[in-house]
Amino acid sequence: MQTQLEAQNSASAGDLKDLAQDMVRRAMASGATAAECVIREGDEFSTLVRMGQVETLKEAASKSLGVRVFNGKRSASTYSSDFSREGLDRMLKSAIELSKITSEDPFSGLPEAGELGALPGDLDLYSADVYSLPGEERISYARRAEKAALDYDPRIKNSEGGSFDAATGHKIMANSLGFVGEYQRSYCSIAAMPIAQTEDGAMQRDYWFSVSRNLENLESPESVGKIAAQRTIRRLHARKAKTKQVPIVLDPMVASSILGHIFEGINGDSIYRGASFLAGKLGEKIAHESVNIVDDGTIPGGFGTSPFDGEGVPTRRTVVIENGVLKSYLLNTYTAKKLGLKTTGNASRGLAGTPGIGLGNYFLQPGTRTPEEIIAGVSDGLYITEFLGHGANLVTGDYSRGVSGMWIVGGELAYPVEENTVAGNLKELFFNISEIGNDLVFRGSVASPTIRIDGLTVGGE
Amino acid sequence: MTVDKNRFFFEHYGLTERNVEQYLAAALSAGGDYADLYFEYLNSTSLSVDESMVKTASQGISAGCGVRVISGERTGYAYTDDLSPERILHAARTAALIASGPAKTPSVGFQQKAARSLYPVTLPSVDSEITAKVELVMRADAAARAFDPRIKEVRASYMDELRNILIIGSDGTFAEDSQPLARMNVGCIAKTEGNSARGSSGGGGRVALDFFFGEKTPEYFAKESARQAILQLDAREAPAGDMEVVLGPGWPGVLLHEAVGHGLEADFNRKQTSAFAGLVGKRVASDKCTIVDNGTMPWRRGSLNVDDEGHPTQTTTLIENGILKGYISDKLSSRLMGIADTGNGRRESYEHIPMPRMTNTYMLPGEDDPEDIVRSVKRGIYAVNFGGGQVDITSGKFVFSASEAYLIEDGHITAPIKGATLIGNGPDVLTRVSMVGNDLQLDEGVGTCGKDGQAVPVGVGIPTIKVDRLTVGGTARKDVGGYMQ
Repeated sequence: MQTQLEAQNSASAGDLKDLAQDMVRRAMASGATAAECVIREGDEFSTLVRMGQVETLKEAASKSLGVRVFNGKRSASTYSSDFSREGLDRMLKSAIELSKITSEDPFSGLPEAGELGALPGDLDLYSADVYSLPGEERISYARRAEKAALDYDPRIKNSEGGSFDAATGHKIMANSLGFVGEYQRSYCSIAAMPIAQTEDGAMQRDYWFSVSRNLENLESPESVGKIAAQRTIRRLHARKAKTKQVPIVLDPMVASSILGHIFEGINGDSIYRGASFLAGKLGEKIAHESVNIVDDGTIPGGFGTSPFDGEGVPTRRTVVIENGVLKSYLLNTYTAKKLGLKTTGNASRGLAGTPGIGLGNYFLQPGTRTPEEIIAGVSDGLYITEFLGHGANLVTGDYSRGVSGMWIVGGELAYPVEENTVAGNLKELFFNISEIGNDLVFRGSVASPTIRIDGLTVGGE
Repeated sequence: MTVDKNRFFFEHYGLTERNVEQYLAAALSAGGDYADLYFEYLNSTSLSVDESMVKTASQGISAGCGVRVISGERTGYAYTDDLSPERILHAARTAALIASGPAKTPSVGFQQKAARSLYPVTLPSVDSEITAKVELVMRADAAARAFDPRIKEVRASYMDELRNILIIGSDGTFAEDSQPLARMNVGCIAKTEGNSARGSSGGGGRVALDFFFGEKTPEYFAKESARQAILQLDAREAPAGDMEVVLGPGWPGVLLHEAVGHGLEADFNRKQTSAFAGLVGKRVASDKCTIVDNGTMPWRRGSLNVDDEGHPTQTTTLIENGILKGYISDKLSSRLMGIADTGNGRRESYEHIPMPRMTNTYMLPGEDDPEDIVRSVKRGIYAVNFGGGQVDITSGKFVFSASEAYLIEDGHITAPIKGATLIGNGPDVLTRVSMVGNDLQLDEGVGTCGKDGQAVPVGVGIPTIKVDRLTVGGTARKDVGGYMQ
């Protein structure tokens, strides 16, 4: 199994680079004034073991291509997974046709030639070892993670399973300004999803996982299963908290969602449309002075790292918020032009459509206190471990979400709570981040330490 | 093989009877109880207008084949986006590895069930129709801006797709379908000195382009979106805590989707991971509540002639007069649980394993006059539009987020309130439904449901109902609003 996957991954690299450049040349020959081609290929393996038995095994490889063409200040895009000559011709022709019906947009276009390029050197994003385990061993990883959770406590009687996943991806990009680049990334993960039950039958689920770009750095299945079990067990016998305004502490997994709201509010697309209450606030204080947020697409091995962005611009490190002051928006070429600024190398590109805005490794700089010290400072409050729903409105700042977690009494996690809400307004919420923990760990491209927020209303009984 | 082979995949990919038999034989080469092939060819178009300019136009084709092998409770799955015989055979052999035994022979002779026709099929004709689609988004933009000078930003989009599928199973299943899906969306931002608000509206279904020139025009969606944005400019703080909640008809049916629908999907109950496990025959709602999942409604977004396992869709009663009647199921769960296959086996694409999923889920109308329902509430909220929702299947806790809601004071709808999340417990929230209106409506056709990373289009519906107690996640405190208990 694994040899076939590796062979597929490496054999076609040169061909695909040529193909991307050829597509750009053909688009120009067909009348485009500028063009861009992106090719993505990848493969995936996943297995889920439930109650000790293999439940699913999935394995596949795929490849697709997208083109974006410009007709002066008009643009359009097409994509396909059909790599036959006729299929590619049809796709180019459709793109050229479509570009005639879009509007002239004075700000549309590729980046400036001088802005294009890729970070040099090995960014440590790809390791073939994610597929190095034999099939039985992969299943065994998943089984061990689940077993560790099931063995941890007799109240864990059921499970949504343990899993092992691996994937590799290869991206190739070329445009009519002469840019051509490619990179490969790999990924593997282990997860456990146990279910605990009380004597009266009430059930709770939770999960834990480890993810890495290489097999070597993956945490042991046993440690993943054990943490998953601990997170699940502590939710048993949850109560519904009463309605009141109290300090909130967010565990790192949920704290990153607050960073997500800041990103929604400071990306160029929201800014130029005035769809964010943070529009026009560059240089102003928008958060507590202890808040420092960075987006860095260059960190070797990072989950959000790439040598160039979705338009072929090198990624970089951008200080977004420094001591609470908004220092930079996150921009692609289009939104930068709209705002009279320069791109920050944050273009994201799927196969279709115009480039959006994406993140590199985006994180809140850690503080000095441990999570335990932060919790110890709260006499009556809520420690949130999970959000339900997506109730943030960046136009108004209104914020309201379902939560579950632990109630804090006298500086300690006292008992689990669920079926509650928290609500407030993000305009104040960012200023009310009163404590930041020292526990920053990347489990994805967005990461936050533990944080404390004051002034939110808990809704419940 | 006794089917009409003059069809899409046979024509476009030179698929033959011999190929299909080979693929299934390869899939069952290591044993297994069942194998199927899912061929998909998806053609999609999207257009969007922003700042009164058509900034984005894209068109794409995605095609592939997924091979599934079931052996007991185990599923092996592999897919390819290269529809050559070698790659499909490779996928079949890969999926086959889930089983370990002597080869099995697929059934000889395929049966194509009489096809239903719930939706129109017009071939995608990008060239001829594209100008009409451009007209739709431009008209939406103009109508939203004309609604009120305070509407400052408008984004309108149009998307459509035609999905051709062919499903062939080792038990003789043979089904194909052409599934159109179209949708318009209009988002607005209203601004005044120092104040902003947003609105959004949209709709569609398994309809042809003429739907948007007759039944539901761009102006209809644009005005609705603009109306919501203007209304929200004056919204006051939402109350916090438990209170009476009246849900308006239509899209607020997202309550049913989250509170009970997911929990009644057979896979969660087979694995005993749902808060509803073991509750068939028990009361889970007030006797005024009857809830169905109906995949057979003409042109609706959640409807299908056949599900993604080739099984015809149907109407399944989930809850009848408050009593839990049964689950929605796919092939795997129905076989393992010994229950009926309700035609709810769905998947996002050929890259995905089918699972039990909802189609159009709604509550049947009751006898109450909607006005009486509002009049019966002393203090509470009236919620008519929602963003989306989410549920924890295992604990039963669910949320749904109101985007347009009003205070009810002494039986009268008064001030609009800011967006707020509502939270409850699935297995008991419907036991507190004390009134059910006679005004059942289905939503406009905007719902997309996510489960285990797979998105599928769905519909919801509900008449006006009153829930005697639900937690509202606002901010207004006792001293300012008098709503906190």
